[in-house]
Order: sequence, then C-alpha cells, then structure tokens
Amino acid sequence: MSLKDLTKPWTAFNYGFLDESAKRELRRKMLKAIAIPGYQVPYASREVPMARGWGTGGLQVTLTLLKPDAVVKVIDQGADDSVNAVSIRKFFNRVGGSAETEDTSQATIIQSRHRVPEEKLRADQVLVLQVPNPEPLRPVQPDMSIAREMHGDADYGQLWLVLYEQLVKSGRIMQGTEYPSLVNGRYVITPSPIPRWDVKKLHQAEHLTFLSAGREKRIYAIPPFTNVEPLVFDDVPYRVEDHQDKTCYRTDVTGFFMNELPQEDGSSLYELSDSNFGIKHLKNSQGETLTIGETWYKNGRMD
Amino acid sequence: MGAADQNTITRQKPRLMLAEPMLTMRGIVRNFGDVQALRGVDVTVYPGEVLGIVGESGSGKSTLLRMMNLEDTPEAGSYHLSLPDHQDSNLFSLDRFQRRMLRARHIGIVYQNPHIGLLMGHTSSGNVAERLLVAGNRNFAELRERARLSLAASEFPVERMDATPRELSGGMQQRVQLAKAIALEPAVLLLDEPTTGLDVSVQALVLDTLKRLQRDRAITMVLVSHDLGVIRTMADRVVVMRRGEVVEQGLADQIFQDPQHPYTQQLVHAKL
Repeated sequence: MSLKDLTKPWTAFNYGFLDESAKRELRRKMLKAIAIPGYQVPYASREVPMARGWGTGGLQVTLTLLKPDAVVKVIDQGADDSVNAVSIRKFFNRVGGSAETEDTSQATIIQSRHRVPEEKLRADQVLVLQVPNPEPLRPVQPDMSIAREMHGDADYGQLWLVLYEQLVKSGRIMQGTEYPSLVNGRYVITPSPIPRWDVKKLHQAEHLTFLSAGREKRIYAIPPFTNVEPLVFDDVPYRVEDHQDKTCYRTDVTGFFMNELPQEDGSSLYELSDSNFGIKHLKNSQGETLTIGETWYKNGRMD
Repeated sequence: MGAADQNTITRQKPRLMLAEPMLTMRGIVRNFGDVQALRGVDVTVYPGEVLGIVGESGSGKSTLLRMMNLEDTPEAGSYHLSLPDHQDSNLFSLDRFQRRMLRARHIGIVYQNPHIGLLMGHTSSGNVAERLLVAGNRNFAELRERARLSLAASEFPVERMDATPRELSGGMQQRVQLAKAIALEPAVLLLDEPTTGLDVSVQALVLDTLKRLQRDRAITMVLVSHDLGVIRTMADRVVVMRRGEVVEQGLADQIFQDPQHPYTQQLVHAKL
C-alpha cells in the first residue's frame, strides 16, 4: 500500500471551505450558545476569503451549517442584490453546492446584516446575523475582562443609565440599532445592527437565531421560543421607528420598515427595506401569483 | 480579639454605645507582600454615630475603609453589619455578586477623588440614578424624583442636576457623590477624606451638610481623614491607627483633650 492510497484525493479546499476541525469547534460552540441563550461563547474565528468586518462571523456559522440541500439567502442592508450579498451567496454555492434564493420563504439558512425579513420565519429556518460588535457593555466598560464579570453578575445598571441619560437629554430613547435586549431573563445582548423595528421579531420566534462576530470571535444564540426583551423603563414604552404610516412608492405597501430616499425638493420617498418582500408585492401587482408569507407586523403594528 | 488589643488604649463607652453595634470588625489582618497593612484590627461602630479614623499615611485607615466597603478581603478577620438579611454572616464570606448587591443597598461611600466615585461623563442625576438602577428601580419618573430629592438633601442646586460632574466644582462633585451614597439610605456611610483638596470655605460647607444629614437622618458614618480638625468637627468617637494597628480609641473629646498614647499625643500636639 502506498502513501497515495492512504490519502484522500487532493482538492482545492474542504467541503464548506472550513476544515473539519474548525467546523467541529464551531458546532460545539453553537450548541453551547443555544444551551445558554444570549451568552457570548468565544471561538477561534478562522480566516475566510473576506475582510474582517464584512460578515466573517456570520459566514463561518453558515459554512458550518451548510449542506448540499441547503437553500441560502443573504441579506445586506435589507437587500438581496448588493455586491456583498451576491458575493457571499455565490461563495456558499461554490464551496458547498447549496442552492441560492432571494425568497425568504424558500430559504433554510438566512444570513443577514442589518435586517430580519418582514415575512415570519419558520421553525425549519435558521437566521444567522452578522455582528460587528457583540459586546453591549463596551460603550460603558472598555475593559472586556470587567465587562465579562459584569455579565456574570448581571450587572447592567450602566446600560440602563445610558438609556436614562438619553431620555434626560433628548426626551426619548435615541438608540437606533444594537438596542440592548435581555435574553431569557439573564444575559443582555446587542442584537446586531438591526433597527428597533426588528428586535421584537426575535421575541418568542419559532426560528433559531445565531449571532456571530468574526473579528471579535464571539457567538451567541437565541433559541426558538425564547424571550427577547428590549431594556425599557416601566413608564417609557419601547418605540419602534415611525414607519407605520409610510408607504412604499414602488409597491404602495404600507406598514413595514422603509428606506428613506431624500429628494432634491427636500421631500422624501420611501421604499420597502426588505427588497425581496417588495419584489414579491411588485410582481403580484403585475399579475404574477407569488406567495407572500405571514408577516410579523400587521398594519404597521406588532402585538 | 485582635492581636493589637493588648496595646490599644480603650476609653469608657458613652451611653449611646450600649446599643447593638451597627458595624463590627474583628481581628482584621491584611498583608501586601511583606507589608503588614492591618495587624488584627478591631473596630465597632454604633448606630447613628460618626466614627473618625485618623492616622498618618500608610497607617492602614484607607485599607480598613476598603474592607468596610467589601472591596477587599483580609487574610483573617470577620465583618458583621446589623442588617436583617445578614445578621449572623461574616460578610467577607459573600461572593462578588452578593457583595455588590450588599454595597448597592446598604453601604454608601464618598471617595476623596470624585473620579473614582462618579461617572464624569454622565449627568449628576444619572450618577445618583445609577445606584437606584443597580438596586432594581426601573421607573424613569421615580428615578428622576428620587435623584432630585437625594441631590437636594446633599444641598446640591437641583437646577443643575443634569450637568455632568466635569462641569462642576470640587465641592459640588463631592455633593453629587454624597447624594449618590445616601440615595438608598444606607446602613453605613463611609467617607474617605471627603474634604481633602477642597478650599477651607468649601470644606466647611461640605462638613455642614454632612453634619446636618447625620443629625436629620441619624446616618451611621465612618470618616477617614488625616485632618484632625475635620475629625474633631465631625466625630463622636475616634480610632487612632498607626502601622496597621489601633493604638487608641475613645470619645472625640477624650482623644483630643487627654490623649494617652504617645503617638496620639504627638498627633494632637503636632496639629495644635
């Protein structure tokens, strides 16, 4: 028997790009993250063919979850057709043979930055959120070893203080994205750069959410049917962005999260931020019969 | 009993001190490498009194205060506070989380350096509210009102309650620290050189505020200072420390008018 017989045929890279030991480590860390909802599990973030800060955390989780029968959707700023979203989607197809889709309802894995789709996710879907900064305590505690102790003690007084100060100075909560939220009544997380509009979608959701930061080497999870509660004062209710009455100028759809398009005359137009959701509405208005899934928000409200 | 007791001169107790102690420390030993910072120190503080701790730099008085604030753990010794939930427990056996909660609810502290005690980039009212937030208060209107009341009790001009400590004078910063410390009506208020670095007129105003608070609310206070004038103005009873030991303790008048230990005599006469 020769050495050649004992070794596998040479290939350019492993299935799913990451080597098996890397995926094994990630699977273990992902299981731990599910077991302790909201807890930031450290992992040895690998080099991937993409710059840190461009979604390498989400990429590694998706690569680990990848199977040949997976159907992957990638969202960047709500859109499926941005350069980054298309490149990542193509990459998954190339290294894992997975199918690509822009349709939320057809995807088994949805990797996203900035948005959670408007259509409700199901129990058989996994949402992977790319997180630039996983540490909610960083603005109040630059020393990360102390921040970890604060998590251990559930010492979130200073996070509350930040919200208090925003109310004092501005009369309302100014936190636009990364709104600190308590998961399962224990750990406060930053739910990635999603708007306040989307944070409520994570509460008691049917789907599993992973949040992964490649540069910061941290992964955390929100298992299905887990409480995700934005930090709010008893007498100051949580407010989402005022998009309830905005109408998409392309589709005439009202009551969803919009992109604002400033016009030269000083006015603004609005378009649906979730591009696939908008395209479905547009095509249906042109005579096609695409199925639009149940949405989290109804008439601009979420109960 | 601490090892130093045989050398400690202890005077007669006044009637006030026949009550159950509010704070009791026994046999506190703390070493930093070869340096013996505290050598079996015993301290008792009674409800509603102001205990002054004096001594030269390095005598161990600030280390002792840090022990009282549960920021440090000694090699030996016990610490009891007269609290319903912690009546019989040695507080040094509490874990970090329990200590934090105990500190938040029952111990107030004013540091010499406001940068230690305050979040300089946050508003003054926010600094006070933080203490209430740690204790679990989640009602914004109530937080505002309680912060305002606490600042007013510290004679802080409440119209400036949303100024950051950075924008305030040293005396005002100490008042914010004081408001923060008393916000939850602590069982014991620790004062670590609270007037050091302030000019004499501001020092007098801060001491007046402390005296009024002590008189109106009967707050139990432990005041550490190297300034005998401050101790004499404020303290009911005085503990004199030297090289990690208590060398003399007694009523303030006894200590200042008739010091017995040579070191105390030296201190008092040097000051006078």
